[in-house]
Amino acid sequence: MFPANVSTLNTYNDLYPDWTQREVSTGTTIMAVEFEGGVVIGADSRTTTGAYIANRVTDKLTPIHERIFCCRSGSAADTQAIADAVTYQLGFHSIELDEAPLVQTAASLFREMCYRYREELMAGIIVAGWDPRRGGQVYTVPVGGMMTRQPVSVGGSGSSYIYGYVDSNYRAGMSKEECLKFTAEALALAMERDGSSGGVVRLAVISEQGVERQAILGNQLPKFSTV
Amino acid sequence: EGATSTVKSLKETKMNEMSVNGEWRSSKVSTETTIIAVRYDGGVVIGSDSRASMGEEYVSSRVINKVIQVHDKIFCCMAGSLADAQASQMLSSISSVFTGQHMSIYLQLEPPLVKSAAAIMRSFCYTHRDELSAGFIVAGWDRKNGPQVFQVSLGGMILEQAFTIGGSGSTFIYGYADAKFKPGMTREESLSLAMDSDNVSGGVVHLAIVTEKGAERQLIPGNKLPVLQSLA
Repeated sequence: MFPANVSTLNTYNDLYPDWTQREVSTGTTIMAVEFEGGVVIGADSRTTTGAYIANRVTDKLTPIHERIFCCRSGSAADTQAIADAVTYQLGFHSIELDEAPLVQTAASLFREMCYRYREELMAGIIVAGWDPRRGGQVYTVPVGGMMTRQPVSVGGSGSSYIYGYVDSNYRAGMSKEECLKFTAEALALAMERDGSSGGVVRLAVISEQGVERQAILGNQLPKFSTV
Repeated sequence: EGATSTVKSLKETKMNEMSVNGEWRSSKVSTETTIIAVRYDGGVVIGSDSRASMGEEYVSSRVINKVIQVHDKIFCCMAGSLADAQASQMLSSISSVFTGQHMSIYLQLEPPLVKSAAAIMRSFCYTHRDELSAGFIVAGWDRKNGPQVFQVSLGGMILEQAFTIGGSGSTFIYGYADAKFKPGMTREESLSLAMDSDNVSGGVVHLAIVTEKGAERQLIPGNKLPVLQSLA
């Protein structure tokens, strides 16, 4: 695979690219916002192995159940494995109950796994969806395995850059269109600054009616003055 | 509803996670400052927040250490992991270059250029690039090039920009500042950008405005700044 004389301790060597030795990461920006009647979720589409972009059109919005999605950030392997496990558990639970599962149940399942295996895992997950009992909900399960419900949540490496923007621009009671615009702009700003986030903006609206997905391509992203 | 959070902003959630326990009293490292400098037609606005002490100690003296007036119309702010004593020592040695005996004859003819102050900072950063982990913003007005903002970053790179932010608190406001900045702003818009960015970082805001006429300092306490939307 790579030459035998490459020292694995030599972490920076122009001759041999480092992505052959690096784990795949979804260094990313993910976001979810509640509105009256549902949630809007969004993510960028870049997956990196070191400095190499392994996938520039990743879909980080993973369906867990019909009206429950999760946004994944952190190690791609870890989050895919957790999402698969939770999808199975939730599907089983939903069949037993014979009704749609609660978003809080999905979030609790994520939390159980992320907390139990917190030493081995590197996963930051936002769980968002709609259920008939409590409407649109966003739960965040960051690295470490805490779970909390928030009206708006951001995650991933790019999220640091948009805390200020989100704090100052979020208003309670926004409509679906306003939430979509807010999410797209915040993600575009994060993708502008974070090297591990980029590509297209993937958005999804989850409500009683179901799930509507869209993607905003690079040339259609909201633009801000460049400095 | 066992999972409801009651924090007021996303930033507070993150700060609570980081949980500073009075370490700042003996800490020599960076005090989570945010500094910003904006150039507009006619002058520059420099702002810094005051997250130094989490409100346990009044911070006016801390701020003088962060934003130093090295000459009548040139200000310098530092952000990074340099002990405050070292920082103020270094910055006052910069100002002494501009007021020193051997320079006074030259300086009587013409006040120093902002570029010169930036070059001195840059030379310091580059010489000590292995030990230092600090960046500077140098901003001011001079007769030759008008208002200027220079960013002198970690390894000693110098960059002139229309606006720049710095400090460990600045990561949180990159998105906000990018969204709000537009080229060709007026003084009021620049003030508002600086104030809001620093407000978003927290605490009180210390401003300095430099124009052809001179420099003016303002301190704006937290309760006079626009209140951010509460998420609770």
